[in-house]
Amino acid sequence: MRYLPLTPSDRQEMLATIGVPHIDALFADVPEHARLPGPIEGLPLHATELAVERHMTALARQNTVAGEVPFFLGCGAYRHHVPASVDHLIQRGEFLTAYTPYQPEIAQGTLQMLFEFQTQVARLFGTDVANASMYDGSTACWEAITMARRVTRRGKAVLSAGLHPHYVSVAKTMARFTGDQLQTALPTLTGEPDTDTLIAQVDDDTSCVVVQYPDILGRIGDLSALADACHAKKALLIAVVTEPVALGALRAPGEMGADIVVGEGQSLGVGLQFGGPYVGLFGCSDKLVRQMPGRLCGETVDADGKRGFVLTLSTREQHIRREKATSNICTNSGLCALAFSIHMTLLGEAGLRRLAGLNHAGACHAADRLATVPGVELITSRFFNEFTLKLSKEARPVVRQLADRGILAGVSLGRLYPGEAELANGLVVAVTETTTPEDVAVLADGLTEVLS
Amino acid sequence: MSVNQSGWRPERPSAADAGAATATGNRALMLEEPLIFEIGSTRTTGVDFADGDVRHDRLGDLTRKTPIGLPGLSEPETVRHYTRLSRQNYAIDLGLFPLGSCTMKHNPRLNERIARLPGFADVHPLQPVDTVQGALGVINQLAFWLIDLTGMHGVAMSPKAGAHGELCGVLCIKAALEARGDTERRVMLVPESAHGTNPATAAFAGFTVEDIPATAAGRVDLAALKARLGPDVAGVMITNPNTCGLFEPELKEISDAVHAAGGYVYCDGANFNAIVGRVRPGDLGIDAMHINLHKTFSTPHGGGGPGSGPVVLSEALSPYGPLPYTARTADGHIHLIEEERAQEFSDEHFGGKHDSFGRMTAFHGQMGMFTRALTYILSHGADGLRQVAEDAVLNANYVLRRLEDVLDAPFAASGPCMHEAIFSDAGFPDGFSTLDVAKGLIDEGFHPMTIYFPLVVHGAMLVEPTETESKATLDQFIDALRSVATRAKAGDPSLKAAPHFAPRRRLDETLAARKPVLVWKDKAPLADAAE
Repeated sequence: MRYLPLTPSDRQEMLATIGVPHIDALFADVPEHARLPGPIEGLPLHATELAVERHMTALARQNTVAGEVPFFLGCGAYRHHVPASVDHLIQRGEFLTAYTPYQPEIAQGTLQMLFEFQTQVARLFGTDVANASMYDGSTACWEAITMARRVTRRGKAVLSAGLHPHYVSVAKTMARFTGDQLQTALPTLTGEPDTDTLIAQVDDDTSCVVVQYPDILGRIGDLSALADACHAKKALLIAVVTEPVALGALRAPGEMGADIVVGEGQSLGVGLQFGGPYVGLFGCSDKLVRQMPGRLCGETVDADGKRGFVLTLSTREQHIRREKATSNICTNSGLCALAFSIHMTLLGEAGLRRLAGLNHAGACHAADRLATVPGVELITSRFFNEFTLKLSKEARPVVRQLADRGILAGVSLGRLYPGEAELANGLVVAVTETTTPEDVAVLADGLTEVLS
Repeated sequence: MSVNQSGWRPERPSAADAGAATATGNRALMLEEPLIFEIGSTRTTGVDFADGDVRHDRLGDLTRKTPIGLPGLSEPETVRHYTRLSRQNYAIDLGLFPLGSCTMKHNPRLNERIARLPGFADVHPLQPVDTVQGALGVINQLAFWLIDLTGMHGVAMSPKAGAHGELCGVLCIKAALEARGDTERRVMLVPESAHGTNPATAAFAGFTVEDIPATAAGRVDLAALKARLGPDVAGVMITNPNTCGLFEPELKEISDAVHAAGGYVYCDGANFNAIVGRVRPGDLGIDAMHINLHKTFSTPHGGGGPGSGPVVLSEALSPYGPLPYTARTADGHIHLIEEERAQEFSDEHFGGKHDSFGRMTAFHGQMGMFTRALTYILSHGADGLRQVAEDAVLNANYVLRRLEDVLDAPFAASGPCMHEAIFSDAGFPDGFSTLDVAKGLIDEGFHPMTIYFPLVVHGAMLVEPTETESKATLDQFIDALRSVATRAKAGDPSLKAAPHFAPRRRLDETLAARKPVLVWKDKAPLADAAE
C-alpha cells in the first residue's frame, strides 16, 4: 500500500519492542462482539493510482462543465477566472498540509496570511475588523444573527425577502432549536429591494435586520436609511454579500452603516466546486469584536522584539470557554481564505475595480440583449452582475430545455422557491468576465426558440 | 570531476560568526517578508484584463466613490510573497506532525489531482440535476461507504467540519425528542475530557451541559453515568477512542443504559482513524457520529480548514437528518432531495418516515472534500483501511513504550493505547512545563504534540503519530523528545528560551489579547487607485 511506510519486518520489530505477540493484542479493549474478523464487506480492495484515477475521471465526465458551455448561473456561487498562480501557491505543502496555527513560532506563514486576509476583508466590507474565516456565507449569516442576539439581548431577527433562500433555510433550521424568532418573507418580482418594508418592521424587540447586497434577484439599494432605522431602535444591521466582486464597484455596506457584514468569498480564488468548500467572510465594528465568532489573528512581538502574529482573543472560543463560547466553530476555511487573499493581492484595488467594471458592463449588455427576446421582461432596474428576467413561461422547464441544448441559462426561481407560483417565471442570470458576447447571443437565441 | 578545483576548503566558523546580524534581517534561506500593505500599491495589478467598456450605468447612486485600500502585486511579486510566507510554516510535508486528536497524516496528491478535474471543480451547485450525475454519484458512493465502514443506518453529508457535524448530530437528537413529544430532556452529559466543541455545540443547540466523571483508568465512569441518567437527560456525547487515546470498553453498556433511560448517544468521531476497518461504531450502539474527512480520510488541513464532517446516524435518528441528501433509486438514477421533493420522496421511498430538520448550509456540503475522501477510500480499499488503523495504533504504542521511562504515562499501566499516546508533566522541576518541552521540540525540527489537552491530565502531551510515518521517523522523533524531556527534568535553562532556531522566538500572546491589532493600519494613506 503506497501510503503506508511500515514494512512487515518493521511491524514485527515494533510489536516486539511493545511486548505483544500480535497486532490484535493492541485492540484488546475492543469487546469481542465488536471485533471485525476481516476487511469490511461492501467496499472494494485497495487499488492502484492509475485505476483510481480512471474511476474518478469517469465520474467527472458525467457532469456538464461550466467552462465548456454558455454559462449564466449565480445565486450565491459565481464563476470567475482564477489566475493560475493562485492554485499553484495554495498547493505548496507548507500551506496545504499545515494545521491550525497553534504553535505560532512555526506557523508565521499561515498567521501573516490570515492577518492580511482579515485586513483585505475589512477594507472591502468597510468594517473595522474581520475574522480569519467561517465555513461559508450561509453559516456566517446565521452566526451573525446569533451574535446580534448576544449583543442586543433580543431574540427577533428580521430577514429581508431578498436574502438567499438557502441562507434563510439555514437560519430557520437553527432558530427552530435555539428559539430565536425570525421574520421572513418571499421576494416579489419587482425592480427594487424591500428596504422600506424592512424599515417598517424594526421595533424595540428587533435584534437585527439581515439584508443581502446585491440581493438574491440581483437588486441593489442604499442601506443608509435602513441602518439609521436599526440604530434608532438599538438593533444591528447585518449586510450579507454573496458576490464580493460587486464591492469593487459598489459602496461598501460598512460605509453605509452596517454593523456586521458577512459574505461568501467563493468568487475570489475558490471556484465553483459544486458548492463547497467555500469561505465565509465576517467583518464587524471594533466595539463588537469580543462577541465575534471564529478565529482571529492578531499582531504582537516575539522575545527578540520582532513583529509576529498569533491567534488571539481565544477566550471567546470553544477550546477555552467550552459551553460558554461565542460559537462552536473550530476548523474554518483557512486554505480557501488563502486562495481568496492571493487572488485579491493579484488584483489589487485597481484590478478589482477593473474586474467589477467588466462584470457590470457585461451584465448591462446581456440584460439589454435578453430583454429584446419576445416573452422576456427585465425586472431588475439597478444591479451589478446579476439580474432577474420574467419569462412568459415557467422558468424551470425552460432551464432544463436549454440545458439539453448545451446552455446553462441561469437559476430558475422555481428551483429556489419551489411551489411559489408568483415566482415560477423568474430566471436569475449572472454575467461575469468569463461570459462572452457569443455566449449571450447563444442564450438569446435559445430563449427565443424555447419561449416561442 | 570535482567542481571545486582550487583546493579551497571551508574553515570552521567561529562562534561569533553564527550570531552575527545581517543587514537585511534575513538568515540565508530564512527570509523575512513584509506585509502586502508594505510592499504593494493600489495602482499595481497582477492580472491583465481584456479591453472593454467599464460603464457603471445601472448602479445608480451606489457607485463606490472612496478608495478601498487594497494593495496589488505583480505575479512574480505575488508568487515570491506567498512562497516566502509558506517557508515559515511547519507542515506534514516537512515532517512528523504528531498533534493528538488531529490526525495529521499524509495527504495523497492523487486526491488533489482528482478534486481539480473540471468535472468536479468547475460545476455549479444549482445546475440542473441531469447535468451533475457524476457529482451526485460521488456524494452517494461516499455516503454508502461511510455507512458500510461505520455499520450505521444513514448519513448526513452536508456538515462543513467536525463541529458542524456535532451540531448536526445533536440537532438530530433534539428533533427526534421533539418528534416523540419529549421536550423535558434538556441536559446533555459530556465527559470532562471532551474536545471543547462538544460542550459548545450542546450549548449552541440549547442544551444544558453537565460533566460525566472519569475513572482513574481514564474511561467514562459507567456507574456514575448510570446514576445521572433520568427523564431530563437528552443524551451523552462520548469520544471513542477517547481523548486520552483509550478505547471505551464499556461503550455498548453505556449506549444500552442511555437508551433504556430514553436518551441518545452521540459519539465524537474525531478519533475514528484508530478503528477504521476494524470496529464499526454502529456495533457499539451509538446513534450519531461525525467523521472528520480531514482527519481519517486524509483531506488536507490547509492551515485550519476547510474540513468536512459527515454524520452517520442510527435508524432512530436517520429520518431527521438535514437536507439536501442524495439517494439512488432502483433504476440507478441518483436523486438530489432538496426542500421541494423531500416529503414526496420520503413517501415514495422511505414510507413517509423522512422528516428532515432542514438545511444546515447552502448547497450540498464540502464537495471538494468528498472527491478527495472517495479517492482515498478507493486507493486503500477495505483491506488498506484496516491496515491504516493497525499501523496508526502500532505507531502510537511504539512511541508510548519507548518513552514511558522518561515521561510519565498516566494510563500506560492499564494496557495499550489506541492511535495516540498521552504523557503528563509529572516529574518536571519547578519552573519547567509541558510548554517548554513543546518549544524544545520545535528546535529539534518537529511540530509539537497537542499540549494541555485533555484537561484531565496535568500538563498533558498527546502524541498521535498516524500510520503514514516510517519507523525511522518515529525513532528520530522519540530520540528528540527523549532528549528534550531529559533536559526539562534536569532544569536546563536554555529550554525556557526555546525555540532558538524557528522563524520567531516565543510570541507575546498576552500583548496580542490586551491590545488587539487585528488589521493593518496604514502609517500613511495608500495612494488612490487610478480611476
